[in-house]
Amino acid sequence: MIGIEHYVVVSSILFVLGVLGIFLNRKNVIVILMAIELILLAVNINLVAFSSFLHDLTGQIFAMFVLTVAAGEAAIGLAILVIYFRGRGTIAVDDVNRMKG
Amino acid sequence: MDWATSLRLTAAEELLSISGLVLLLVAAWSGDKASRAISIAAVAVLAAAAALTAPALCAGAMGAGTSAFFGQVSADSFAAFAKLLIYAASGATLMVAPAFFGRLGAMRAEFPILVLFAALGMGIMVSATDLIALYIGLELNSLSAYVLASFLRSDGRSAEAGLKYFVLGALASGILLYGMSLTYGFTGTTSFEGIRAALHGGLSMGAVFGITFMLAGLAFKISAVPFHMWTPDVYEGAPTPVTMFFASAPKVAAMALSMRVVLSAFGTAQGAWQPIVIFAAMASIVVGALGAIGQGNIKRLLAYSSINNVGFILIGLATGTPAGASAMLVYLAIYVAMTVGGFVAVLMLKDANGEPVEAIADLAGLSSERKVLAACLAMVMFSLAGIPPLFGFWGKFVVFQASVDAGLVPLAAIGIAASVIGAFYYLKVVKIMYFDEPAGKVVGKSGWEHQALLALSALFISPLGYLLTKWLGELADKAAAALFHLA
Repeated sequence: MIGIEHYVVVSSILFVLGVLGIFLNRKNVIVILMAIELILLAVNINLVAFSSFLHDLTGQIFAMFVLTVAAGEAAIGLAILVIYFRGRGTIAVDDVNRMKG
Repeated sequence: MDWATSLRLTAAEELLSISGLVLLLVAAWSGDKASRAISIAAVAVLAAAAALTAPALCAGAMGAGTSAFFGQVSADSFAAFAKLLIYAASGATLMVAPAFFGRLGAMRAEFPILVLFAALGMGIMVSATDLIALYIGLELNSLSAYVLASFLRSDGRSAEAGLKYFVLGALASGILLYGMSLTYGFTGTTSFEGIRAALHGGLSMGAVFGITFMLAGLAFKISAVPFHMWTPDVYEGAPTPVTMFFASAPKVAAMALSMRVVLSAFGTAQGAWQPIVIFAAMASIVVGALGAIGQGNIKRLLAYSSINNVGFILIGLATGTPAGASAMLVYLAIYVAMTVGGFVAVLMLKDANGEPVEAIADLAGLSSERKVLAACLAMVMFSLAGIPPLFGFWGKFVVFQASVDAGLVPLAAIGIAASVIGAFYYLKVVKIMYFDEPAGKVVGKSGWEHQALLALSALFISPLGYLLTKWLGELADKAAAALFHLA
């Protein structure tokens, strides 16, 4: 029998993977965008699992809003990435260091 | 409750969203040459929205009568206080932006519209009484802010600031959202009132995790230590009018949102959040004060100054009392005036070609060339340092008083000690302006709107500001009372 705790464990593993993906990745900004999506999907798993566990629709409605906003966020992230690439000719994470201090 | 009541209560938000969409059509139709007219229209819309918001504050509206859309948002006096500050800061941004971008040929018609949508999102943030409305408002503000940070597309620093702000802001939203999902799961509801009731008896482990994650996400948005690392880079890289916007309006909105979440939703779980808030307050004050020492760029210096100020405001939150909340609101109002004044003064620092001057060393001897500008900048610096005759002192005073009354004497003592350290770098700027050999760099002239805004904020933070203390205190008390009506 799969209970609520299994879902919460899966979602927390995905969440940690997403956060680590942002901090450990030194290569490519696109990977960071993927890691952000992973975090938002972990949240959605949580919301839907709790929603079904509590017999309460609010969580599923919330998950819909999260999906919509995640799409907008990805669009804006890619747009910013494009203007950054035009100016610098690279999207390697280690090169994002013009300002320091 | 019927739809008509809900629509009436959220009139300011409807005005902002409809006029934002209409102006977007105008911008698409007539292109960038209409950008000045759209800016003026956007300022007018913000003024109208403020006029729609003000009555709720004066009447001290609170409770069930202010709740709209089935408890999603609440148009109470607390939301009204925060919204008035947000609209004022957004309007000031729109007034100084056309001159800055116009010189670079980068004034686009989308700029005022993005500011309008950001203001709309912030309005929803501060009036949200449900996690879903909170999230939508926060993201509407953040998504507009990411674009604003990278608005100067030809400038590599602006694009880099936008990229950094996006990555860290999205991470913060993710952490906040994860906290919200846990809070929902372990309390069974997304409404603040329901969460408050569910947390009343005792806390489950999951709820504590939820609260902690939500506080971490909010700390990112208000740039409190240990989640402050994006602030100096983004403030330095973003175009100066946008930096001014980031330092004022979203800060008020995120702080007001934290107040509502912590004091209203988690109000019955004080043991879970108080240690975190106390730590964030102390760390922000100390890191803000120490980090600013040795900065050579005035925008970076103001970024550390804002981290420092966030720490002082958080002292009020740590008390968890109505007096503390009221002190925070007073501080926020004074902080907005100081920030707008400071950044308008920075915008007025231009060399012979109109290029902005950002290095602190280039301000040497400013007082002999530009007496009024130097005097205003010195006044902002003294006020940020909290030196008595100026109004910045009053903000710190009410916050410390509230924390001493709540028994948090050590916190107040650390705050006072760190504000002495902080005075060092503020006074260093004044020393460079008044006592160093003139560098002769700052010679450019600025338009009337800069001078008017600088004069207005300088007047507010001058000793004349103390005439307003009673009135400001009464309004802040009314707003804070709305936050505590459930208690």
